[in-house]
Amino acid sequence: MGFALTLLALVVCLALAWRLLGAYMVAVFEGRAHWLSWVERPLYRALGVDPGREQGWQRYTASLLIFSLVSILLTYALLRFQALLPFNPQHLPAVAPALAWNTAVSFVTNTNWQNYAGESTMSYFSQMVALTVQNFVSPAVGMAVAIAIIRGFARRGSAAIGNFWVDVVRSVIYILLPISFVFALVFVAQGSVQTLAGPAHIHDLLNGVGQTIPRAPIASQEVIKQLGTNGGGPFNANGAHPFENPTGLTNVLSILLLLAIPVALTYTFGRMVGSVRQGGAVLAAMTVLFAGWLAVAVAAEQGPNPAATAAGLAHQPGGNLNGKEARFGVAGSVLYDIASTQTSTGSVNSAADSYTPLGGLALMAGMAQGDITPGGVGSGLYTILLSAIVTVFIGGLMVGRTPEYLGKKIQAREVKLAALGVLVMPVTVLVLTAIAVAIPAGTGAVLNRGPQGFSEIFYALLSQGNNNGSAFAGISANTVFYNVVGGVDMLIGRFGIIVPVLALSGVLAAKATVPASAGTFRTDTPMFVGLLVGVILLIGALTFFPAVSLGPLVQQFSHGRLF
Amino acid sequence: MAQGGHGVVRSRSLLDGAILGPAAIDAGRKLDPRVQLRNPVMFVVLAGTVISAAEALAHPSAFAWQITIWLALTVLFANFAEALAEGRGKAQADSLRRTRGDTLARRLGADGQEVQIPASQLRRGDRVVCGPGDVVPSDGEIVAGVASIDESAITGESAPVIRESGGDRSAVTGGTRVLSDRIEVRITAEPGQTFLDRMIRLVEGAQRQKTPNEIALTILLAALTLIFVPVVVVLPPFAGYAHGRVSVVVLIGLLVCLIPTTVGALLSAIGIAGMDRLVQRNVLAMSGRAVEAAGDVSTLLLDKTGTITLGNRMASAFLPVGGHTESELADAAQLASLADETPEGRSIVVLAKSHFNLRERELSPPHRFVPFSAQTRMSGLDVGNRRIRKGATSAVRHFIEAAGGRAPADLDELADRIARAGSTPLAVADGGEVLGIVELKDVVKSGITERFAQLRAMGIRTVMITGDNPLTAAAIAAEAGVDDFLAEATPETKMALIRTEQAKGQLVAMMGDGTNDAPALAQADVGVAMNTGTAAAKEAGNMVDLDSNPTKLIDIVEIGKQLLITRGALTTFSIANDVAKYFAIIPALFASTYPQLEALNVMRLHSPASAVLSAVIFNALIIVALIPLALRGVRFRPSSAASLLRRNVLVYGMGGLILPFLGIKLIDLFLTATRLA
Repeated sequence: MGFALTLLALVVCLALAWRLLGAYMVAVFEGRAHWLSWVERPLYRALGVDPGREQGWQRYTASLLIFSLVSILLTYALLRFQALLPFNPQHLPAVAPALAWNTAVSFVTNTNWQNYAGESTMSYFSQMVALTVQNFVSPAVGMAVAIAIIRGFARRGSAAIGNFWVDVVRSVIYILLPISFVFALVFVAQGSVQTLAGPAHIHDLLNGVGQTIPRAPIASQEVIKQLGTNGGGPFNANGAHPFENPTGLTNVLSILLLLAIPVALTYTFGRMVGSVRQGGAVLAAMTVLFAGWLAVAVAAEQGPNPAATAAGLAHQPGGNLNGKEARFGVAGSVLYDIASTQTSTGSVNSAADSYTPLGGLALMAGMAQGDITPGGVGSGLYTILLSAIVTVFIGGLMVGRTPEYLGKKIQAREVKLAALGVLVMPVTVLVLTAIAVAIPAGTGAVLNRGPQGFSEIFYALLSQGNNNGSAFAGISANTVFYNVVGGVDMLIGRFGIIVPVLALSGVLAAKATVPASAGTFRTDTPMFVGLLVGVILLIGALTFFPAVSLGPLVQQFSHGRLF
Repeated sequence: MAQGGHGVVRSRSLLDGAILGPAAIDAGRKLDPRVQLRNPVMFVVLAGTVISAAEALAHPSAFAWQITIWLALTVLFANFAEALAEGRGKAQADSLRRTRGDTLARRLGADGQEVQIPASQLRRGDRVVCGPGDVVPSDGEIVAGVASIDESAITGESAPVIRESGGDRSAVTGGTRVLSDRIEVRITAEPGQTFLDRMIRLVEGAQRQKTPNEIALTILLAALTLIFVPVVVVLPPFAGYAHGRVSVVVLIGLLVCLIPTTVGALLSAIGIAGMDRLVQRNVLAMSGRAVEAAGDVSTLLLDKTGTITLGNRMASAFLPVGGHTESELADAAQLASLADETPEGRSIVVLAKSHFNLRERELSPPHRFVPFSAQTRMSGLDVGNRRIRKGATSAVRHFIEAAGGRAPADLDELADRIARAGSTPLAVADGGEVLGIVELKDVVKSGITERFAQLRAMGIRTVMITGDNPLTAAAIAAEAGVDDFLAEATPETKMALIRTEQAKGQLVAMMGDGTNDAPALAQADVGVAMNTGTAAAKEAGNMVDLDSNPTKLIDIVEIGKQLLITRGALTTFSIANDVAKYFAIIPALFASTYPQLEALNVMRLHSPASAVLSAVIFNALIIVALIPLALRGVRFRPSSAASLLRRNVLVYGMGGLILPFLGIKLIDLFLTATRLA
């Protein structure tokens, strides 16, 4: 009952966010919101940007890549020089080169894969200036790309797709900062810690032991961690830590925050291309897949843990509680983790490693589909649009016209770019997994043997390749090998999709628009939603079925046998 | 099929022995890797076959050899499908070549002397002379004379046509035969570039280039092939992690099963067959691009006469004025039309006969027929002192006023009403009196309204083009059910209409024949020139209709759509097939590593070897099974995009998902029963 009410509340809030936040974002990106121009204008002057000047896709892409490169270098430098920088009450040393590389790439690519425990590795300065800043700007970059591809569809015969600097600045100032500010206060009120005072040392007189309780400016980082689908929290325990996620309310708010922008962007998309129904169709496909995997995971986790059953524990009321946060229960934990893996957040409040095989499979599924249901901030929308283009191409032929999507003819160049964007992630993840399972540097870091160990490696590279950042755990990935390979994985997973998407945006914007008629393949109908779901499932299944067979499926059919 | 029964472009059955044999030989010839490289999907299969064969040689086993043979057959089947599609065109090209033969031309020198030279040496601008029995040596334009010409070599139509210098009927085509009279022809084509040459190259497919949509689809298929290479290549290390081994032959079998071989194998056959279907309807598309564009057409410009209405106006009513009776009018109208051989004139006689039982009669002399002239705009008959005339209302009014009569008051109003209804009023006068008006009606073809409704459901707007005044045009447009019309059309207004439609993003198709149609034909996305038309028109259009049948435009659009649907349907089918193949091969692949995965063997296939072999055999045989569909095209019934999609997703999507489960299981049962695996 409690779970049903939670779901209902979430659906209602998300519906409101879809309509209101979605419309607000239209105003922001069409330049009709001005209430913060007193912050905005000086920033443009400082950056030397003329906000009225739009860019073609090549300049837009170049700006994005330069910005990201500078971000990586800056973050890397801050982490490497941590010991010399202020706000370091624990006197933590510099972050090691390989880890600093992995972490810098991780936060710049909106992945937030963490090969470290925040409380014992990062100074407050690193948390605030290096990592939280990227938690704001990396989703802004994602939104910029999403808006660019939307403009590609909306414009006709245009050489320009917008100004990257304006899109990023407006994303941060008008969308991410105000929402984060308000919700951080709520989190503080709920008990989330916000302090620069360093760890608290407590002497437990009763038991005669001393205890150090790490603290940090948590609430400010926590909200943007969810809102920006970042996922990287200050503590290793992430969403299971009572300072990060103090109450049932913050648990639900966290889920709401991480879904809000990806969901609302579908409305923004619909409005900007001239038909809210088009955005609704994309959202419907996202929802169907999200609900499906949530149902699989909840059903699997509410059943018994097969390993425990095999060990003779016949009666397991309450389902598979192993590794779950007791405060939130099975359903609350599963909902959080599904929401976090189906967006590209990757924050967790329970241990994925301890899920049942099918539950673990459901967590992998969101990523195997490319983290598009609803996916990361911006990235979810622009990536699912690639699948939509493939769907339109195949489906559109079946109505006897050369295919078109939103009035744009889908021809050789569009198919080439969309196929490239769709394929880059699976190829990268599969090849890197194959390398990792084949060499000692890869297999040595794993806790478990057999299919569980395989899942741990596969999950790590799948998560980084999708810029998700959630971890299956069980793998000690803070090795030179995993830090370096993971960084490569994240970079390809991010920019290997962004560059084709922006090129596509340029190609589409330059095209004329074909008016719709009764002979047009409609992309705002249940039929299209069904086809899009089918194409996403099929591409995900066809590419990852063998890998999934060797991990969760073997375990499922082994009925709790350990390897 | 309109004219399939005769001529060079007769249809051939799918399984014509004369085509099957050479196609089988061609299939082997196409194994050349350079040929295969054009098709990335089949190239991967070929490469896989070679690796599999090497593996079978290194570690011989019945299983490895069987897989290798079936992989080789997969490539051969694909080649066979293409060769079969090409074979039909080649047979047509051969018979066209025979008609060309080695013609001699009588070239006129500067001094007017005739010189005999081979037709192949004629250049553009040369003048030649053709007499009765001569084959026209090359394409050209008649500059002097008139002749009846047998064009059956090109069109298949045996009735001779008249060609004369000047005007829109001056073009002659190389390879046709002069039956009577003598003409002087100025050659308009360079050697090798004649209509016949181009036609031969087209049906032969020698110049075939991939069309834009075909290129886009090939890219998608290449991408789907590319992704499965790493999917399969990573499996040995994946299995190695669990201390398992996987067989190279099985991996190649899996790869070939996963990549979209079905559509990859049939893609070029689909394209060639699409062109061929047009040829069978006596339409020559100058490029595959035009066929594809035909499927996309959203605005269809149709000439009123011949397409929407029967060619001629027919008398439909006698409407008397000024107190005269209907039979008086009918009598006078019939007399005035007795000598009138125009279809309109004949129809008046017919109507008078059927309504008033007025038979054609012998007229007592003295009588004199007055033929129609552009000055008087009337025709009629003088018999005794009666002077009977019929013609345009204004001309007839002139006529009676000159004879001292007065037109009745209701004449103009009646004439107006008739014009508004889309008919033509023809006034009839006897001496100084107007008897009434014969209504000449444009008869809309039966069934055309339904056809337009279908087109509308398909999202195609029809625009009627007519030289009539707006009133008449509007009435006919309403009766025929077209969406719009262009009245008092001139080449300029037609051109302007095409430009506006295109500016709105519409793709426009039109048909034309005259030289002044040429710019519009060139501007239209699909321009179909009638074969009876001028060389300029044929040059400008991207298709030629040998039957010169204006209704053909609708067929062309349907063929274009059918071509695209066939591609989409087979792509969907091919991809959906993969699901069953995974369930067959994955448990077999890891059978020794993880026997638990036997749970995925939902088809309960007999053994790992039989499972892999069954999947590979199914994958090969499905290509053969679908060749007829690829050549014929999927069933197409004009309907809305939504219902087309629903049907095709159900048949080819769902069918593609389910069929291989059944097929693989059946093959497995057969292999097990025959102990092949």
